[in-house]
Amino acid sequence: MTPFPFSAIVGQDEMKRAMILTAIDASIGGVLVFGDRGTGKSTAVRALAALLPPIKAIRGCPVNSEKAKDVPDWAELESKRAAAMPTPVVDLPLGATEDRVTGALDIEKALTKGEKAFQPGLLAKANRGYLYIDEVNLLEDHIVDLLLDVAQSGENVIEREGLSIRHPARFVLVGSGNPEEGELRPQLLDRFGLSVEVASPTDITERVEVIKRRDAFENDNTAFMLRWQAEDAAIRDRILKARKSLGKLKTSDKVLTDVAELCLALGSDGLRGELTLLKAARAYAAWRDDTALTRAHVRDVAPMALRHRLRRDPLDEAGSGTRVARTVEEVLG
Amino acid sequence: MDSWQQAVLALRLLAIDPGLGGVTIRARSGPVRDALLNLLDPTAKRIHPAISDEALFGGLDLSATLTSGHLVEEQGLLAKAGPMILAMAERAPVRLAAHLSIALDRTVGHTMIALDEGAEPDEAVDPKLAERLAFHIDLSDVTLHDVSALPTRKAEQPATFPARGGFIAAQGRVLPSMPPEITEQLTQIAAQLGIDSLRAPLFALRAAKAHAILQNRDTLTQDDVEIACALTLAHRATRVPEPEPQQPDTAPNNTESQSSEDTLDIPDELLLDAVRALLPDNLLERLAAQKARQGRGNGTGAARKGNRRGRPLPSRQGRLDNGARLDLIGTLRAAAPWQTIRRKASERKGLHIQPSDFRIKRYEEKSDRLLIFTVDASGSAALTRLAEAKGAVELLLGQAYARRDHVALVAFRGTEAELLLPPTRSLVQTKRRLAGLPGGGGTPLAAGMVTAVEQATTAQRKGLTPTIAILTDGRANIALDGTADRKQAAKDAQQISKVIRSHGTDAIVIDTGNRPEPALRNLAQTMDAAYLPLPRADAQSLSDSVATVLGE
Repeated sequence: MTPFPFSAIVGQDEMKRAMILTAIDASIGGVLVFGDRGTGKSTAVRALAALLPPIKAIRGCPVNSEKAKDVPDWAELESKRAAAMPTPVVDLPLGATEDRVTGALDIEKALTKGEKAFQPGLLAKANRGYLYIDEVNLLEDHIVDLLLDVAQSGENVIEREGLSIRHPARFVLVGSGNPEEGELRPQLLDRFGLSVEVASPTDITERVEVIKRRDAFENDNTAFMLRWQAEDAAIRDRILKARKSLGKLKTSDKVLTDVAELCLALGSDGLRGELTLLKAARAYAAWRDDTALTRAHVRDVAPMALRHRLRRDPLDEAGSGTRVARTVEEVLG
Repeated sequence: MDSWQQAVLALRLLAIDPGLGGVTIRARSGPVRDALLNLLDPTAKRIHPAISDEALFGGLDLSATLTSGHLVEEQGLLAKAGPMILAMAERAPVRLAAHLSIALDRTVGHTMIALDEGAEPDEAVDPKLAERLAFHIDLSDVTLHDVSALPTRKAEQPATFPARGGFIAAQGRVLPSMPPEITEQLTQIAAQLGIDSLRAPLFALRAAKAHAILQNRDTLTQDDVEIACALTLAHRATRVPEPEPQQPDTAPNNTESQSSEDTLDIPDELLLDAVRALLPDNLLERLAAQKARQGRGNGTGAARKGNRRGRPLPSRQGRLDNGARLDLIGTLRAAAPWQTIRRKASERKGLHIQPSDFRIKRYEEKSDRLLIFTVDASGSAALTRLAEAKGAVELLLGQAYARRDHVALVAFRGTEAELLLPPTRSLVQTKRRLAGLPGGGGTPLAAGMVTAVEQATTAQRKGLTPTIAILTDGRANIALDGTADRKQAAKDAQQISKVIRSHGTDAIVIDTGNRPEPALRNLAQTMDAAYLPLPRADAQSLSDSVATVLGE
């Protein structure tokens, strides 16, 4: 089934914005979407795949290398011709074993042919693309540990069963989950660049619109897709344009001070908060087609960049999003 | 319409439109449920909660590959669309529920009949999965007598029940178009019933259409919409709607604009009535049970999270499924003696390994317990029972040591709480800190509890199982912000109790006052903890009662 078009998702602007920002600048480091059931989390992530511009990669390369010299030796490719391929969006199923994720000795080859060969895992497949984990908070701990390490270094190192292999694994982590079902460890939280909280729309007209579009998607698929795929294409063009203009964007020292002050006031751990906030603000400015980074950009992306980096306060029921908004109000005025 | 008829209708609607996802049937196994299952397509696949990922998704059939010497792949159950029966659905682990939910989301044609045999209200199908199934039927009050009059599979056309590919595709029927007012109305009613998820009105919409097709009609009638509402919305309701809709100005407007045209016009009230007729009487109790479940697992038993990867045990013979890890050396060792014979027999070169040679790695994991003692060292407690409390903690420490439990010590006095000892196993250290614990000052109970909760959360993340033991005389008089305000202090303590309950952390409240303090008993109830009043107890009896409450 073709995924629901991204542009046809009603409301949920923050979630859509966060996803677009990571598409513009992959180094922001992924999106975490937390929210109740039936709010369109999974729909949005799956729609994202169709939205991303294609990449150029060597055909058949297990790690989607861009250049022929980057193709690992163990891949044993005969021809190294480049071709355009869709940006990989790899699903990490909850039950995935360590072997599936990192790659392991190819047991089939080892046992039937007696060869020692490497069978690449999901991390290899996700290189230069997206790694999507649905119900990320239910992921088993040892898989989380693996991911933490690789997401940080951008390289997957396999030292097991007599294999000694390393390959690049740079991917954008996208996770979704329902916080009621389990918490995420702060270490993993920190690896996500942006985090958004989604809720069902409370406005009746908006809810009706959701139902109508979904109904149209299911019953009149061709016409519906025709209409919205054009909009998706427009977003894709805008992403490509923003990527180009990102380099030309001017960043004044004043804005840098703003960013640092904001993070200091919130007491976010480490410097990753500042870096992500800056990158997200820049991507946002490029998306808006502005030439210089201003305080307004910082203000708009601050909640999604900082929300998950605060220390938990057991008595604050309002949620950290409100805390960030409050502090932004105080610091930036 | 009784629940049996509803069940049969739900199955028919599913056959017409597999997009409805499925149905949860809550009933103990018995003739009634069997009668219902008899109506199903006999080729329906059966899934049990312990099913392996390989069986679901398919993959390399290692055993067959090895015996035949060439690659054999097996197909998973989810590869082909069709009805699936999930037996013992309430026991399905979160992981399986997540897998099945994703499968239902992505593929057209899968329908799920989840058989929920839960006996207690808090045993139920995983909410994630239940959310994706349109219907929920409770058959527990149906007797065989109600069933016998109904047709069996042979009498009916088999195509009316979930069949492969669904009924719509087979019949090429066009779904009746849905007037926009109905869409709006369904959405509004779902909102009135307190249903957040937007899947509910979508299901109601689909169910109404399917019902119209079932009745061989091309247009929707009031009947379709009413039945659809009753079947898809009632069990999701989180509040009973107001008997009179509070919008007298909008309702007449709607009717005016519509009555002139020849469209469908159903007053909201009628649809709500249809739902209300099916609302369970104990809605609020069930909601409470659901809330409790969020903290405590869902009848599948608490997931045991090892804090270490576990002590390796000798590997044993086994099958390579469900993420089992092969002990390569053990396998080769088991296969070695047979190589000559096998080579001769098969005339194939290379290593010959057969499934019977597989050795599987095993680990033993243990989730350790952490006892967080939260001790009141305020002036009032110091005067009376601090010495006894200290003695009791020491005795408990001895037992904790024997069980290799971890211990943390939090004391509160004056205006704040202090973590005297982070989680440790060192008995000596704990004793020394405890002995040096001074008394005096106010009772910042809330602050002590906050520190305890923080410790508990951290411990849970590390895979420990925390238990909070609060020893106090319960006269909280310092609020969280450090001010001496008795009222606010009590309020804060209550609030944190709620937090503890929502985390599902085990707790014990030990009242060390001279007289049992009713406020403290309340507090214990709020956090779902055991309450032990010990007005005239010594250290030994305190320790005994705590040990009993904790169990082994």
